[in-house]
Amino acid sequence: MMTTRSSAPPVPGPTPGTPTRPPCLEVDRLTVAFGGLTALDDVSFTVGAGETVALIGPNGAGKTTVFNAVCGLVRPRGGSIRLGGRPAPGSPTRLVAAGVARTLQGLGLFSGMTVLENVMVPLATGAAGTRGTHGDTPEDPEAAARATLDRLGLTSLVHRPVDALSYPDRKQVALARALVTRPSLLLLDEPAGGLGHDDIDRLAQTVRDVAADGCSVLLVEHHVDFVMGLADRVVVLDFGRVIACGPPDEVRADPAVETAYLGVSASREGRDGLGPAVDGQSISAEAAS
Amino acid sequence: MDRLVFLLATGVARGAVFALFALSLVIVWRAARVVNFAQGAMAVVAVFVAFGVTAATGSYWLGLGSALLTGAVLGVVVERGVMNHVPAGNPLPGMIVAIGLVMVLQSGLGMLFGPQHRPMAAPFDERPFQVGGVPVLSPYDVFVLVVAVVVMGVLALLFTRTSLGLQLRASAFAPEVSRLLGVRVPRMLTIGWVLSSAVAALAALLLVPTELGLNAHSADMLFVHAFTVAVVGGLDSPVGALLGGLVVGVLMTLVTGYLGATVAPVAVLVLLATVLLVRPAGIFAAIEARQA
Repeated sequence: MMTTRSSAPPVPGPTPGTPTRPPCLEVDRLTVAFGGLTALDDVSFTVGAGETVALIGPNGAGKTTVFNAVCGLVRPRGGSIRLGGRPAPGSPTRLVAAGVARTLQGLGLFSGMTVLENVMVPLATGAAGTRGTHGDTPEDPEAAARATLDRLGLTSLVHRPVDALSYPDRKQVALARALVTRPSLLLLDEPAGGLGHDDIDRLAQTVRDVAADGCSVLLVEHHVDFVMGLADRVVVLDFGRVIACGPPDEVRADPAVETAYLGVSASREGRDGLGPAVDGQSISAEAAS
Repeated sequence: MDRLVFLLATGVARGAVFALFALSLVIVWRAARVVNFAQGAMAVVAVFVAFGVTAATGSYWLGLGSALLTGAVLGVVVERGVMNHVPAGNPLPGMIVAIGLVMVLQSGLGMLFGPQHRPMAAPFDERPFQVGGVPVLSPYDVFVLVVAVVVMGVLALLFTRTSLGLQLRASAFAPEVSRLLGVRVPRMLTIGWVLSSAVAALAALLLVPTELGLNAHSADMLFVHAFTVAVVGGLDSPVGALLGGLVVGVLMTLVTGYLGATVAPVAVLVLLATVLLVRPAGIFAAIEARQA
């Protein structure tokens, strides 16, 4: 598959051979503006069922804005977002019922609650297991939360306050809280940020397992090696526009991508595998959250 | 010694009422980040309703039920009709609106019912039991203590053992994250106001029979003392409200008993000033933060 350019952007679709049912997520000509600043300009892409798609690009490219638009946190100026062939709910409150779960750059864990309580919050609403999720509503939310924590190797931490955990463990708890609803679409916002190599390997395996279960994954990440080793397709944003989309190897070789993003970071990637915009600032922002 | 035992016992009973009212302030602070200065005036409205229902039916218990119901309804009305329209993100506008609400409610009650105190009968005898010749709690004091303990226990169970409690805590701590997790934050806000107003109404109803009687300002000092309790304990700390209430109740009763009623407010102010100087966030809020 050739990479695509955004001068006349077609809707980048799933790789050949993937099932032909409606894409789990379909973003079509999405435009978002904040005052006079256009954060997203005519952005289109899809995420097929069970597919893992990565959104990459320099800081300020609009990656998190895509997430916020999908979640209903920002109102698009134009375009459409569809989930499983239906219009996405305009309210973030209905996301869980629509089968979407999201992690945050800042984790957003509830301080003062235990690990188990944090993971049980999405189940407490009773929305899990309705439209869009591929699991039934759990009869016992606590058992479901414990099972998810067990799957991520957090069994020994269930009764610990989240504030007392190490940063990698807190990231795992945030991931568990997203997975506990058994979403059909998982949005991961910089899941590898601030993690060491072992934790990143563990995270990659978890994402592969989740995708193998049929869950679609859309992730924003600066860690290029992590992205290239994990994603089925990569969508590259720059200044709010899609400049390329395709399989990781083709995107990596795209001269436009190299100029706008990857090439800038060649020396850093060679050193630590990090993309250009992570630097210390992104990691410290994560650590501070 | 007999006097000390009596004062300690009555101080605990009075402190339980302070703790209940302080708990209502803590609940609404945690839910909406508003110090509800109108809590006392709203509670007095509920007690007036209870007074009318009891007078009409002869049943204290129907009056108590109507006070709880009125408190809950007032919570919905104030949250949806007033506070919902106050700019969020800064506690100051909410506090100013609450102070305005105090003026409206107290003026309205004054115009409707006049300034006189209306005696309100307690459902149980207010004369203290004698234990070994020493006067201790009255049957009404015991009733107040039991009600306070039961309500606090129910609230503790609600917040720590139920799905609703988990959502209430989550939306109070991080509303935006909670929305992403499916929590209906506006509904949780309303429920917080309902719980808070109903508990405040109950506390005022328990206190009025032991005071001069019912008028528009019956809960003014209760609010001042409970606010002190909430600040001493930490506005974010239900445990602080409980223990702070007992401390302030016993302190006031001991000072009143040994130094006179006019000194008691001074003692409470000294306690408040000392805590604000040493631990501005409140004693128990600081402890909880360190443990976390």
